[in-house]
Amino acid sequence: MTTEQPKIPELKFDRSACATCPAHNAGNLLKLGVDMTDWDYVLALAGNPNTGKSTVFNALTGLRQHTGNWPGKTVTRAEGGYSYKGDRYKIVDLPGTYSLLSTSLDEEVARDFILFGQPDVTVIVVDATRLERNLNLALQVLEITDRAVICLNLMDEARRHHIEVDERRLSRDLGVPVVPCSARTGEGLDDLLEAIHDVVTGEFVCQPYRLKNESSSIRRALDELVPKIQAVYPELPNARWVALRLLDGDERITEAVRSGELGNLNFQAPLEPQTAQSIPLEVAA
Amino acid sequence: MTATAVQATDILQTADNLRWEVGPDFHEQLMEDIYTEAGHLADRAVTWPDEEPRFDLDRTIDRLVTSRIFGFPLMILLFALVFWLTIVGANYPSQIIASVLIGKIYPLLHQGADAINMPWWLSGILIDGMYLATAWVVSVMLPPMAIFFPLFTLLEDFGYLPRVSFNLDNAFRKAGAHGKQSLSMMMGFGCNAAGVIATRVIDSPRERLIAIITNNFALCNGRWPTQILIATLFIGALAPLYLAGLISALAVVGIAVLGVLLTFAISWSLSRTILEGQVSTFSLELPPYRPPQILRTIGTSLVDRTLYVLWRAVVFAMPAGAVIWLIANVTIGGTSIAEYMINFLNPLGVLIGLNGIILVAYIVAIPANEIVIPTILMLIVLVTGVNAGEGAGVMFELDSMVQTKAVLVAGGFTLLTAINLMLFSLIHNPCSTTIYTIYKETSSKYWAAVSALLPLALGFAVTFVVAQLWRIFIGPG
Repeated sequence: MTTEQPKIPELKFDRSACATCPAHNAGNLLKLGVDMTDWDYVLALAGNPNTGKSTVFNALTGLRQHTGNWPGKTVTRAEGGYSYKGDRYKIVDLPGTYSLLSTSLDEEVARDFILFGQPDVTVIVVDATRLERNLNLALQVLEITDRAVICLNLMDEARRHHIEVDERRLSRDLGVPVVPCSARTGEGLDDLLEAIHDVVTGEFVCQPYRLKNESSSIRRALDELVPKIQAVYPELPNARWVALRLLDGDERITEAVRSGELGNLNFQAPLEPQTAQSIPLEVAA
Repeated sequence: MTATAVQATDILQTADNLRWEVGPDFHEQLMEDIYTEAGHLADRAVTWPDEEPRFDLDRTIDRLVTSRIFGFPLMILLFALVFWLTIVGANYPSQIIASVLIGKIYPLLHQGADAINMPWWLSGILIDGMYLATAWVVSVMLPPMAIFFPLFTLLEDFGYLPRVSFNLDNAFRKAGAHGKQSLSMMMGFGCNAAGVIATRVIDSPRERLIAIITNNFALCNGRWPTQILIATLFIGALAPLYLAGLISALAVVGIAVLGVLLTFAISWSLSRTILEGQVSTFSLELPPYRPPQILRTIGTSLVDRTLYVLWRAVVFAMPAGAVIWLIANVTIGGTSIAEYMINFLNPLGVLIGLNGIILVAYIVAIPANEIVIPTILMLIVLVTGVNAGEGAGVMFELDSMVQTKAVLVAGGFTLLTAINLMLFSLIHNPCSTTIYTIYKETSSKYWAAVSALLPLALGFAVTFVVAQLWRIFIGPG
């Protein structure tokens, strides 16, 4: 086994047909119960309970999923879809959770979908009036996935409480688009659609924030474990997160490593340069 | 072993070794690190208002509705208000719907059937069985549901339900159950099958099972109309007219509160016997109050809940109507099957302060609690021949509360029967949909059976004791 491995995983561009095919991950999604026959992109909707995920879901899909002002309303996944600029998006509304670290069923549903379902983009709905608490989950999602958009929801409430959120600074810090919204009134939803479009097409390249200041004991363990994982699964975008889960004794992830399921995930490159470059060329022509 | 498998084993081995080094508080440590960084990032982005507003409405409301002294009384008052509005408001539209569906359309259907010479047994099954059962369910259930569900949804949207959970959390913990059980119980007040699914928010399998088994004690919407109707006819009638609505509402609240108390009692017993274990902790976030979007809420609750439940009731009522008509009209040796069943179950029914008719109705109504009252009425007509203008086994026109009560009284209903019917409606096996949901959620026939039989046995026990006490202290009943 080699010990000389790059510290930072290099972006590998998989140029095989699979990576560019819209149904790039249809097998895994199908296993999770998502039929991708008629869709171009999958969008996962994550967030703390009671941040208005279902309201965003309804606003985007025009469906009337029941929304309620209490945490824990959505325990299963709801699905819907919309089309924007000619692309058809399938939305999967995940259960609202405070974290992705424990083992309750709702957290597992959300975690498994983001990890194994490989959505093209994960929209993290956060409550602008409770940013600190909501960022806990956002940071955990950003550890798992490379493609995310933060929907800074409930901006109307924030204004009512005279709370100001500097979304541009937040976006720079987190390395993903941050869109202020008020899903109840529809405010900001156009910008959200555009940001989602930018991320799935690769016009916006996410550089998600990863935890930096973990305690020394955890860091020592990570320094030893992460290179080993990267050696076996060089294309894994979230080796650090997998390492953290293994250290925590997560059975599902342990099993995924043992069975090789982790290696079989066809990780789509976060950016396909050909597509990204071809767009302006077409416009010019 | 392939090379990858070897490497995978190596990774897992390393992780195992490292886990000893990082120590048992790894999880907490990691959470703390994430919190710290989240706090740091949030600090950079958020500017708080310079000064706290002098009067914070949310906090003031919270202090009141979750206060030790006012919390529970306010809760009961609020729910009593909702039921009172439902009872008072539902009466009039119920009569209008009944007079149209049963008074006007029903005779027209019979005329039509006669005109095309439909055989009597076919028109019997279709019109006297299926149509009348459906019409009855619609006229009895639609108005109360159309009032109750939007009101309940408005409370939910406003943000009141988490406060109820907050108030109940301590009691659940003392009962050895998970605090989040209050949330699944709240869902159970709408539909037990939904409540059982909602228990997925509970992480520990032990506490989840407790929540699943006791969910049945949250009065579901299939049973609200039974409670409301019987309370109005028998208990409200005891009070002077101007108090009748209020007394009926309080009786229904009383049954609902009894259900909550039973939830605690059964949770407590389970957590000390077959489901023994530690209580896990959790954090409950009290969301900010939000002004409900009144029109949209009423719209979605009408579509999502009222029509959904009504549709379910209708789907079950149609075949049930056919079954009732058949057991009432197919005779063996001059006696109908229904009469055989009623006579067979009557001794048991009387023993627990009910009667054979009610027990047969509960057997017919296993698929859906919604059709219990219509079935009871239809069976009474069959057995007693009261108001038998249309012949036995036919649900007939009942366009006023007075007439409904007259039929029930003719069927031997007393105040004791009414009270025990309300109790038995609260405490009996869940409907077949819920039992199936429990089986799917637990993947265990054992726990599905426990969830069905435990409440049933308890229901028999409670009604038996009430009937005996009643007969000793009050009268024959």
